Amino acid sequence: MSAREKLNDDLILGKHTYRSINDKVNNVVLNQNSHTIPWAVCFMVGFMLLQLMGLVILWLLYRGIGIWGVNNPSMWGWDIINFVWWIGIGHAGTLISAILLLLKQSWRNSINRFAEAMTLFAVACAGLFPLLHTGRPYMAYWMFPYPNVLAMTPNFRSPLLWDVFAISTYATVSAVFWFLGLIPDVASLRDRSKNPIFRTIFGALAMGWRGASSHWQRYESAYIMLAGLSTPLVLSVHSIVSFDFAVSNLPGWHVTLFPPYFVAGAVYAGFAMVLTLAIPVRAWYNMKDFITMRHIDWMAKVMLATGLIVFYGYLCEGFFSWYSGNVFERDMMRFRMFGPYGWAYWMLILCNGVVPQFLWFPKIRTNLVALFVICQFVSLGMWLERFVIITVSLTRDFLPSSWGYFTPTIYDIGMFVGTVGQFTFLMFGFLRVLPMINNFEMKELLYRMIGRGHGHGHAAHAPEPALAGHAAGDGEEH
Amino acid sequence: MSQPIYALIAEFDDPDNLLEAAIKVYAEGYRKVEAYSPFPVHGVAEALGNDCSKTRWTCFLAGVAGGLGGLAIEAYCAAIDYPMNIGGRPLISWPQMIPVAYELTILCASFGAALGMLGFNGLPRPHHPIFNAKNFERASQDRFFIGVEATDPKFDIEATDAFLRSLGADDVSVVEE
Repeated sequence: MSAREKLNDDLILGKHTYRSINDKVNNVVLNQNSHTIPWAVCFMVGFMLLQLMGLVILWLLYRGIGIWGVNNPSMWGWDIINFVWWIGIGHAGTLISAILLLLKQSWRNSINRFAEAMTLFAVACAGLFPLLHTGRPYMAYWMFPYPNVLAMTPNFRSPLLWDVFAISTYATVSAVFWFLGLIPDVASLRDRSKNPIFRTIFGALAMGWRGASSHWQRYESAYIMLAGLSTPLVLSVHSIVSFDFAVSNLPGWHVTLFPPYFVAGAVYAGFAMVLTLAIPVRAWYNMKDFITMRHIDWMAKVMLATGLIVFYGYLCEGFFSWYSGNVFERDMMRFRMFGPYGWAYWMLILCNGVVPQFLWFPKIRTNLVALFVICQFVSLGMWLERFVIITVSLTRDFLPSSWGYFTPTIYDIGMFVGTVGQFTFLMFGFLRVLPMINNFEMKELLYRMIGRGHGHGHAAHAPEPALAGHAAGDGEEH
Repeated sequence: MSQPIYALIAEFDDPDNLLEAAIKVYAEGYRKVEAYSPFPVHGVAEALGNDCSKTRWTCFLAGVAGGLGGLAIEAYCAAIDYPMNIGGRPLISWPQMIPVAYELTILCASFGAALGMLGFNGLPRPHHPIFNAKNFERASQDRFFIGVEATDPKFDIEATDAFLRSLGADDVSVVEE
């Protein structure tokens, strides 16, 4: 038996027992009255925007991708920007669920479930863009090596094909990981639910899980292996996404810096999205005992650290374009800063270089309103980063005769807003039908916190003094 | 008894008691024993003499198969099915085949781990006699159980019942098949 770790900070606040944690997590799903007006507003707005996306896609399939702002020098527009943006957002979920698990960071337990859900939904949004950009999404299976009479095989030397495999593997493995984590929790819902329809659905999903110790042993073994597999996967996925650019010869894209800097940017944007969701949701569902200010503080610190890496990447890009002595590289940097999209570059520096510096201050990290606003800047900044990288290089390549300008159309905007709607719709739908917090891992965490010999039922923890502000009295009836 | 007996099951309210009980049950000589808990209690499975190493092998073998299979498909496509001379470069330019083979390794290894876990656990299994146990719906909530199966050679309904009660169980009950 492994020794119980000493936790420096209490990751569960208030007085909790196994039963109270269990009830609190399960009741969000089982008690349909726990969903209030904010839930309904988010869900419905998401649903409406999803309908908008449906209309845009319908028109796109009818007219072709010419309805977007993409043009001859700028073959890639908002579609690829949004694709990279969404994929990046998804990466925080895998970081929390896999990398923090391998590093034995107990604070992941209360946020991993919805961060993983966020990964899945973000990848679902991301996947739409390259699929629709092909123009003929119903022929997407041509990208896979299947036996056919067309005498056609995919080009395995193309980063775009690597992307197909990376993204589809990432989506699949994330789904498997998520589903595996859900099995014991769904079994708990199955045993608690009184509604026969719920019982049947949860019973089918739980696959007869009975919590046997030999099952748990294999389960934990499989879970840690999946974490070990997801860790190199998540790093490879965004590296391969960056190869889409880095393997080409275009100034501003042909940079060996891209893979690490894309991965850091992905984690940075992803944590901003986790916080954007966690801050309101923990208040609406009164989950402040489980997602404590300590969690929020640490997430903000991760955001600051990755933000600094990203900013370092910008500095490196600037330095190397000058140091290379290559006239195309130098001019590309000049166009980025002072060209037609200069406003975007300086907005980007503001969002990703200046605004995150506020996170150095503990008072700002624990101020939920300020943190929420900073997260929006980060999301915007990461979107602008892709905009700057993609649009400037495409519209300012080697020959001035092939220069151009990119302007989005309402269909670009509709598609982007639509995926935001899809994401919101799926996320809030998930909150309603599945446990948003990993039930069994929270109970296990409580077990490690109360320690041997203290008996059960006592998890009296003083709230963190420096980070109080809420907490006391949040405990449930137990 | 109208129904055959599946097991005798003891109920505990604390994971530490479950762990102690598991150690004592094994020491007493029972081998067909299973503990049930709402979360993994480390040490219980080991105390009952379980071994989970097979799952690692399914994961590893599936990963190897995925990686080699990926390389084989790529080589077949590039060199046999549709050989294309691009600037005189070798047909099997293996460094460029790594990303896809790498992703397929991870994909197959993940399925190997997940399906191996489910397969060796005998899941999905919609019903199991242990679900007949009294109060068992709380095994996924907040209670801890240890069950000695009737097929255990040392199983004796009275002696086992008395032994389980001596471990400090809150309740001991019979589970019908």
